[in-house]
Amino acid sequence: MSTEGVIYRVAGPVVTATGISPKMYDVVHVGNEQLMGEVIKIVGEYSIIQVYEDTDGIKPGEPVTNTGRPLSVELGPGLLTSVYDGIQRPLPILREKMGDYIYRGVSAPGLDHSKKWDFVPTAKTGDVVSEGEVIGTVQEGPIVHKIMVPIGIKNAKVENIKSGSFTIDETVATIGGKDVPMVQYWPVRNPRPVSEKYQPDIPLVTGLRVLDTMFPLAKGGAAAIPGAFGTGKTVTQQSLAKYSDAEIVVYIGCGERGNEMTEVLTEFPELKDPRTGESLMKRTVLIANTSNMPVAAREASVYTGMTIAEYFRDMGYNVALMADSTSRWAEAMREISSRLEEMPGEEGYPAYLAGRLSEFYERAARAKALCGLDGSVSVIGAVSPPGGDLSEPVTQNTLRIVRVFWALDTKLRERRHFPTINWLTSYTMYDRQLQAWFKQNVADDFPALKAWAMKTLQKEAELQEVVQMVGSDSLPDEQKVTLEIAKMIREIFLQQNAYHPVDCYCPLPRQYKMLTLIKKYSDLAEKALVSGAQVDKIVHLPVRTRFNQSKYEENVDEELAGVEADMDSQFAALGA
Amino acid sequence: MADISKEYKTISQIAGPLVYVKNTEPVGYKEMVNIRLSDGSMRRGQVLDSSGDIVVVQVFEGTSGIDKDASVRFLGETMKMPVSKDMLGRILSGSGKPLDGGADIVPEDEREILGAAINPWARDSPSDFIQTGISTIDGMNTLVRGQKLPIFSASGLPHNEIALQIARQAKVRGENEEFAVVFIAMGITNEEKQMFMKEFERTGALKNAVVFLNLADDPAVERTLTPRLGLTTAEYMAFDLGMQVLVIMTDITNYCEALRQIGAAREEVPGRRGYPGYMYTDLAQLYERAGRIKGKKGSITQIPILSMPGGDITHPIPDLSGYITEGQIVLSMDLHRNGIYPPINVSSSLSRLMGGGTGEGKTREDHKGVSDQLYAAYAEGKDLRGLVAIVGKDSLSEMDRKLLDFADVFEDRFVRQGPEEDRSIEQTLDLGWELFTNLDLEQITKISRKYIEKYMPKKE
Repeated sequence: MSTEGVIYRVAGPVVTATGISPKMYDVVHVGNEQLMGEVIKIVGEYSIIQVYEDTDGIKPGEPVTNTGRPLSVELGPGLLTSVYDGIQRPLPILREKMGDYIYRGVSAPGLDHSKKWDFVPTAKTGDVVSEGEVIGTVQEGPIVHKIMVPIGIKNAKVENIKSGSFTIDETVATIGGKDVPMVQYWPVRNPRPVSEKYQPDIPLVTGLRVLDTMFPLAKGGAAAIPGAFGTGKTVTQQSLAKYSDAEIVVYIGCGERGNEMTEVLTEFPELKDPRTGESLMKRTVLIANTSNMPVAAREASVYTGMTIAEYFRDMGYNVALMADSTSRWAEAMREISSRLEEMPGEEGYPAYLAGRLSEFYERAARAKALCGLDGSVSVIGAVSPPGGDLSEPVTQNTLRIVRVFWALDTKLRERRHFPTINWLTSYTMYDRQLQAWFKQNVADDFPALKAWAMKTLQKEAELQEVVQMVGSDSLPDEQKVTLEIAKMIREIFLQQNAYHPVDCYCPLPRQYKMLTLIKKYSDLAEKALVSGAQVDKIVHLPVRTRFNQSKYEENVDEELAGVEADMDSQFAALGA
Repeated sequence: MADISKEYKTISQIAGPLVYVKNTEPVGYKEMVNIRLSDGSMRRGQVLDSSGDIVVVQVFEGTSGIDKDASVRFLGETMKMPVSKDMLGRILSGSGKPLDGGADIVPEDEREILGAAINPWARDSPSDFIQTGISTIDGMNTLVRGQKLPIFSASGLPHNEIALQIARQAKVRGENEEFAVVFIAMGITNEEKQMFMKEFERTGALKNAVVFLNLADDPAVERTLTPRLGLTTAEYMAFDLGMQVLVIMTDITNYCEALRQIGAAREEVPGRRGYPGYMYTDLAQLYERAGRIKGKKGSITQIPILSMPGGDITHPIPDLSGYITEGQIVLSMDLHRNGIYPPINVSSSLSRLMGGGTGEGKTREDHKGVSDQLYAAYAEGKDLRGLVAIVGKDSLSEMDRKLLDFADVFEDRFVRQGPEEDRSIEQTLDLGWELFTNLDLEQITKISRKYIEKYMPKKE
């Protein structure tokens, strides 16, 4: 089999070569500058290659080398805190090598191969181990990085295992005659194996009231955030990355804006992890492939991120994977497909769009890993439907797969209602599965309370239609109260300021408390109404201002207690 | 390297802006090409597709007059732009030739016009305020250094006047900052060209500006190069000379039409509405050249202007732009018909980076609160207009009536300003406070109490 060939044709990021006889998806090096590319089509003696870098100035006749391996990532200690481009080149190292701009032809390994890590063995010589089982650990910041038996080794004896300081390439164990280093390679387009996938029945707690209480996502589930531009999608995703209770965060900026990526890149290291007090970056892997970086690397970036996420799941961690945005990824597919002159499907997207999307989301799961521990990858994928039109192919194909839908709404943004998640059009299909968990871990009446809030909001929507027609004055008193209570749910509970030091994260017990207080206001108001108090007075009690403000106070929980006391006394004063 | 002295007379096909040359030595993708016509005149072009059998060349000035006897020379390098500080104060054509009768530019350096992507790791986040002197932008959709904030307009709206007003008034606050404007006009009519040239000269804005004018009857291929020439110039000024550069590009729609035209000539598979599938990436390669770089003093800020065909914001051009840029300023036909200039519809406008460039030490401590309150009160007031149309003003409560009036006063005093009226950010914010005096204190919910006490004008 020949591995050396020559370029026959160059047209943008698509290069045709002859003389190599590759397998599909083999990685090849193209041209004198050794640009990285991937074989995506084989026609007779011609191999069609998608090149991950700019091809300007590349000529027919230049050499092409086949590596014989598919696109793979390096997995091992050093992944955390990394910032990569779509093909796992560390951006800080690229900057050191070539300055502020990304030029082509520079390769950089995903992991530091010279750094030494302290390897602590957990397996002993003579143990019989299989693929995925943990043989030792490395402390990587706040995370215990588990070194696992490479996939493919089954029931083999540990012949030798070391302890001490090693680089990722040095042998730490010999298993079944094979030398095992800490680094592993895995082809990004193949899912990593697990022993068993579970039903998702534990929520991913995010600290965002509208998500946790109203539309929770299960660990190992997948959610879609669609939203036309300017609806606050990116902000929502970023607060999820910051505050969700996953141990590991993988954030893929796929076709992102450069400046927003910078925001992520500068904010993450500065953010305090709400649980450890350390920098959030220490348990994060960022992948940044901005919209002007090569399109083929954008296509690969989601797979790179997913493979890294799965690797941490295999150690028994909960991983939150944010992909912003899958529409940009789909567009990369479309662009490459059109360069290949493939027959276009709906709106120019390739016919295999639905298949690729479901393959990707199917990699999300809560599972028993091969090492015996439970881990999960939860996927939060943003879609950016053109003009907010949810009937377009990427959104539709995504909604067929995911079970949670957080609908962002331009109207809410115009009203400065953040997060802009519309409570009437969003949904979660995990409600029933998660109920038991909420009852056990928050409060027995939590699901009922949530149902009450949703019902009140629904009622408000119906009443609003009436108000549009006849004005609010003509409503009966109890409906006026309902409107005000719904307003409280919206303004106090649903609205949350992602940038406020206190309000940015709301723990579940506090969410419960806030909602309980609104319910209490509602109950007291109803009683007061029955006993003849004036509706104007009931809905405009001074305590409402304090309640509105309470979530921004540093001693918020005490404030809420104060609100409750005020509420009692002020309603009492009404004579209720 | 191909032998650059070699001339080929092997043109096999000419179609639209494309010339197909066969039997060449290996030629690089995107390499520059000179074509000599039989009458001795020269055309320039670029390689679009290079294979062992045939090379496709896109001719910048169009193919009219080219025959199969024309000779083709490959120059062995990609396209470069000469740059120099002396370009300030100059008016250039869409291909970078002087239009103002002045001397040729003496280059200090030559730069690749395509521009590489800024390493996201090297970017610095935008955090400094740029004052445009327009209340609705400065006060409610603040422009920040390194941002790209497009203006979404439509035919019949005064976006060119607004562009000129911004070019004239824009300033960075702070000592020792050098400010420059790169003004890139694409596909404009001769009449507009005259207006731009006259206005730039009349108002003195030209001395800190470089103006590129590509006309409607210039070849489509040149139109796709003009913004790249302009942005290459801007990058040189920002990151080599340390200047704060504002790039105004009008009209992106004409640019995208040129892309579509070229795509069709190349017989590409079209995407949405016939625009090429790579339009997103192509636009990103323009817009993403805005930004700041760590350790560099200068910055590039962009205001691209695009006219939405049929006023449709879901059209691919505004839609794809909106996904790359950081917000948008939307112009409204309704306001324009009501005689309000600039007809900026704040409800659908947004500046995503506003938070980073406003507040204490940047603009003023009360900025965010004032902006949020203006948005909220205006939105409620506008909603009430719908209600009033059905039930009449009398059925409104006292509070609602105040909101309704607020919306009118807001449009009349805050949105409306003269084309020559340059409001400082303090004037803008004070104007906002003046409008709040028409509301009940209870209706001001978005501003914290200490600012209300400090800034609210006392009623006599």
